[in-house]
Amino acid sequence: MSRIAAEHDIHASYAAGKVKRKRNRFLSRWETPGLGYLFISPWLVGFLLLTLYPMLLSLYYSFTDYTLMKPIKWVGLRNYERIFTADDKFHQSVKVTFLYVLGSVPLKLIFALFIAVVLNKAVKGISAYRVAIYFPSLIGGSIAVSMLWRNIFGVDGFINSVLDKFGIEGSGWISNPKTALWSLILLSVWQFGSAMVIFLAGLKQIPKDLYEASSVDGANRFVQFFRITLPMLSPTLYFNLIMGIIGAFQMFTSAYVITNGGPMNSTLVYAVYLYERAFNRYQLGYASSLAWIMLVMIAIVAAAIALTSKYWVFYETDTGRGKRK
Amino acid sequence: MSAKAKSGFRHLFMILLSLVMVYPVFWWIGASLKSNEELSSPNLFPSVPQWRNFTDGWKAIPGHTFTEFYLNTLGLELAVLVTTLVSCTLVAFGFARLDFPLKKFWFSVLMLTLMLPGQVLIIPQYAMFHQFGWVNTYWPFIVPHLLASGAGGTFFVFLLVQFIRGVPRELDESAKIDGCSWFGIYLRIVMPLTKPAIVTVVIFCFLWNWDDFLGHLLYINSVSKYTVGLALKMINDTQSGMQWGQVLAMSLVSIVPATVVFAIAQKQLVEGVATTGIKG
Repeated sequence: MSRIAAEHDIHASYAAGKVKRKRNRFLSRWETPGLGYLFISPWLVGFLLLTLYPMLLSLYYSFTDYTLMKPIKWVGLRNYERIFTADDKFHQSVKVTFLYVLGSVPLKLIFALFIAVVLNKAVKGISAYRVAIYFPSLIGGSIAVSMLWRNIFGVDGFINSVLDKFGIEGSGWISNPKTALWSLILLSVWQFGSAMVIFLAGLKQIPKDLYEASSVDGANRFVQFFRITLPMLSPTLYFNLIMGIIGAFQMFTSAYVITNGGPMNSTLVYAVYLYERAFNRYQLGYASSLAWIMLVMIAIVAAAIALTSKYWVFYETDTGRGKRK
Repeated sequence: MSAKAKSGFRHLFMILLSLVMVYPVFWWIGASLKSNEELSSPNLFPSVPQWRNFTDGWKAIPGHTFTEFYLNTLGLELAVLVTTLVSCTLVAFGFARLDFPLKKFWFSVLMLTLMLPGQVLIIPQYAMFHQFGWVNTYWPFIVPHLLASGAGGTFFVFLLVQFIRGVPRELDESAKIDGCSWFGIYLRIVMPLTKPAIVTVVIFCFLWNWDDFLGHLLYINSVSKYTVGLALKMINDTQSGMQWGQVLAMSLVSIVPATVVFAIAQKQLVEGVATTGIKG
């Protein structure tokens, strides 16, 4: 196509007015509609068959008495009713899960943030420290580490042998209902490395001139942290918080392997309870109700944080500095 | 305090912290060589290393060896990696390069599923796969990955889309003029240039599937099909109070693959976490 013809085309489409142009643009998308859908078809089929359909199926199951062996029986809201009114283990698991989330997520983030700030100042050796700190995050999710933890915090474990050296008599950290959950929280905090790496990346983006300008104005390091670092880092903090909470709500492997929900249900996190109902007792209908309650719980917590975010998450566009990439 | 002293102090702090962080791993190495009697002693390493923990542990499950479990896991990993790479790159290319109706809508649906807690899907998926007769096979892992919906599938699509958007479109145009088809552009132009992102996807796909304990626990029943994680759980349960050294030795061996991957691709891995926020 010659240049003149192309210009003519453009003029023609301008002349035809906005509506037509919009429509043309829409139609031009049909140039390769089949092809586009062909490329994304693996995901599309996967979404429809392995995400959307199962979600609806699970919602349906949650109103039934379903056990894999017997035919499905519709029971209406009875599962939900029983969960809220007559299921002590449900109430216990919600309590334990919230304790776990409230204990592990803030501790982990505070630690990650603090170390990231310290590490950001060190120029030499940063990658060596990063390796040491990130390594637990790398292996932490594996069953192997859960087994290590079970040993370290056991009655004859490493922690007690160290305490013994100082003349303190340790307890069975994992067999004591008062401390069992804390040993799981500690395992999670030990894996603060990945959150720290994300914070480090965020810190690198804060313009240095902000610090220089504020120190000229006489701000000390403490003020700088709360007035510059924290606000500038708030989008990263927000991201880490949401992802950390969603992850913590679903914690399974360590509670299942280290304590299996015990002692005295003190570490019965929600996912372990759900697993027990679904795959030890095969009450798939009841467990589906549990799953939906969990989904709603997570959604509410996430939405609440999202709603508060406008008060504490600061985007650079607010100051006209331009959007951060 | 002078700047030099400050920096020294900071390094001292970081060295101490690094030691605390990796100390459990050192203890682990020492404990895997200990006998049961020595396990509760605070010494890091035993007086007489029990190398038998490794050889006996390898055969701890009667009638099977860990060789079998590692081969099972590696075979599963290979299948999952290949299917993930094919499906996720195709989907990502479609979203990043092609224009089609409702593209924005589908992409926001994809973003939304990133946040979806997997627990809601476990039960209905189990019921479905049970109906297909897929329990105690590897299909419940391979098929979802083939449809870009396995562990982390949507995350990989997102990561690849972001990367492909950065590949200059001029390259597509000139390829098109030379008569290249869209599939040709995908295969010959965009894929070779997406290598760094593909490496990141391979690393995380490998690690996540290695640690997908709940999935393995749900779908694999017979010992001959066990993955390493399930075998560990089995010796952990049957051996409790008996040979802790063996249990620790075998679990220590099981983190070697992840450690090797980390050692080879440390930079890519850490940068992957930093730029996309995926959990390690």
